[in-house]
Amino acid sequence: MSTNTPKRILIGKVGLDGHDRGAKFLVRALRNAGYEVIYTGIRRTPEQIVRTAIDEDVDVIGLSLLSGAHNELFARVAQLIEEEQAEDIIMFAGGTIPDKDIPHLKSLGFRQVFTPGASLSEILSALKEELGGGE
Amino acid sequence: MADSMQEQFEKWKRETLAKSTARMPERPERTVTASGRDVDTLYVPKDMQDGAARETYLTQIGFPGEYPFTRGVQPAMYRSRFWTMRQYAGFADAEETNQRYRFLLENGQTGLSVAFDLPTQIGYDSDHALSSGEVGKVGVAIDTLADMEVLFDSIPLDKVSTSMTINAPAAVLLAMYVAVGAKQGVPPEKLTGTIQNDVLKEYIARGTYIFPPAPSLRLITNIFAYASKHLPRFNTISVSGYHIREAGSTATQEVSFTLADGIAYVEAARSAGLDIDKFAPRISFFFGAMTDVLEEVAKFRAARRLWARIMRERFGAKDPRSCMLRFHTQTCGFTLTAQQVDNNVVRVALQALAAVLGGTQSLHTNSRDEALALPTEEAVQVALRTQQVIAHESGVGHTVDPLAGSYYIEQLTDEIEAEARTYIKRIDEMGGMVSAIEQHYPQSEIEQSSYRYQQEIERGERVIVGVNRYATDEEVQPETLAISQEAVRRQIDRLGKARSERDGAAVTRALDALETGARGEDNLMPLIVDAVQAYASVGEICDRLRKVFGEYEESGV
Repeated sequence: MSTNTPKRILIGKVGLDGHDRGAKFLVRALRNAGYEVIYTGIRRTPEQIVRTAIDEDVDVIGLSLLSGAHNELFARVAQLIEEEQAEDIIMFAGGTIPDKDIPHLKSLGFRQVFTPGASLSEILSALKEELGGGE
Repeated sequence: MADSMQEQFEKWKRETLAKSTARMPERPERTVTASGRDVDTLYVPKDMQDGAARETYLTQIGFPGEYPFTRGVQPAMYRSRFWTMRQYAGFADAEETNQRYRFLLENGQTGLSVAFDLPTQIGYDSDHALSSGEVGKVGVAIDTLADMEVLFDSIPLDKVSTSMTINAPAAVLLAMYVAVGAKQGVPPEKLTGTIQNDVLKEYIARGTYIFPPAPSLRLITNIFAYASKHLPRFNTISVSGYHIREAGSTATQEVSFTLADGIAYVEAARSAGLDIDKFAPRISFFFGAMTDVLEEVAKFRAARRLWARIMRERFGAKDPRSCMLRFHTQTCGFTLTAQQVDNNVVRVALQALAAVLGGTQSLHTNSRDEALALPTEEAVQVALRTQQVIAHESGVGHTVDPLAGSYYIEQLTDEIEAEARTYIKRIDEMGGMVSAIEQHYPQSEIEQSSYRYQQEIERGERVIVGVNRYATDEEVQPETLAISQEAVRRQIDRLGKARSERDGAAVTRALDALETGARGEDNLMPLIVDAVQAYASVGEICDRLRKVFGEYEESGV
């Protein structure tokens, strides 16, 4: 892939949760880091998230959820990605996620799970690693 | 020539304070310092000789319980009664939450605060497709009156005041609360509590909106009108800055956007023909408390003074109670860290101290484990004990507004008030808060502040102990609360049972009447009361209203 084409990232708020401070921060910070970022806005269904990700041809989906419904809703997103055979999209997750839930989410295909206190530089370096070089 | 300060002080004692102590006597505990020194109810600059300085004191600071209420809304504040200790709680289903409430009341909590789950807050029943995964997660699931009866089982509603964090469907949950009261033999006029009922901040910061602004404001004014007749002791709205702050605003923005929301509600109610002094005394507020203790104290004082002035100068309120900004405080959840969770106990103590020094009427203290999950019973107990230590051991409640007269506090109070006036003027110029929200103005102001704040943390300019400095590798997470699948099943079963046992024809009649009412202009509260009493569910009622009002959609970023 040409190094001139910025990688595309979808930041998605799945479920009914309205906590979007972290998501909005990331949208802006990732744009400043040179990525093309699409933000879904709050209260999207897994179906809407996956549809947008495919339509927008993104490289990465970053899901954010702080309501505690991550096990159910992130699983549904992963399932839809598989059904759509879109497994080339890299999935990241973030939110108030207890450590004990992380192995399950990783087994569903989430490459990284960011929990409260995760720094922007951690997220940027994980992206760089996954996307091979970054911007 | 104005009376000397000493004479003004004596007059306040004779008139304002005496009247208040006659109604609400002082607490029996001795109000002495740790060394045994007697503490007075109020300290004022008694020897202030300069006429101009005295005039400034009287107009800007004044006496507690008197306009502009800078020093507090009650003359004796915590000398007569501590703030209400009110822990926000709710999870799983009504049965489990009822047990948590009883635990809190047994531990000395003095009021209840209901956290509803997201489906309830957005008007979906527990068996709705969009409720999947969310039932009972951030609060208790309530579908029908049957759930509400279980939630308040063995809790006497004439003795306990209840705050309900419910906004878009506030009318429905309020109607259920009235119905539970009736079943306990408590008439509506004896019920005390608060519904949040503040939809504007949902568009700005919190996200649990259902309907567009115009019908939302209609529902809110319908509640104001209904409650002024039937629920004279209930706070019909809690205009909330907390979520604005949590979304990343500054202290000034929190005050500005909250009071601008308050102005929008007052204007909507006046346009609906309500008399200001009939509904304004039941307007209450809700703010966050950050760890920056002194700025927070100034913020609370500035908000109190500015609201009083807006009510009198802009709206011509005559009743002093219309000018009183009474508020609940919650310590800011955003400040809790998942790292070194015990540090959160200290943060919360400082934040709670700020709220008390700022004159809060009620307080929720967060639990140390809330960056990870809903709090465990043990963590909640520490949070409640934090308030009790401040109340009984710190002595800060012995005297009213103890930080008044501090050069720093008074200057900050003045600055925050002046900055908030500028923001409110700007919002007025945009056509008011609804129009400003549609133009994304408060949202983008908050986003900028939030971005700046987080960048400061990322760069290490703002130190968060245990996160970007003094970090350690310990990281064994404490046990957290998990919501059982069994509770979710129990909830869906109870909904099914309520649906099968109720009179289906009566439900349809009530819902039809509501839909017809929504198309017209009548007050919807009585129709919602009828529907709730027929055991119509939150989802069914909201669906009928959605049909007529449509739904709000957030515009993209």
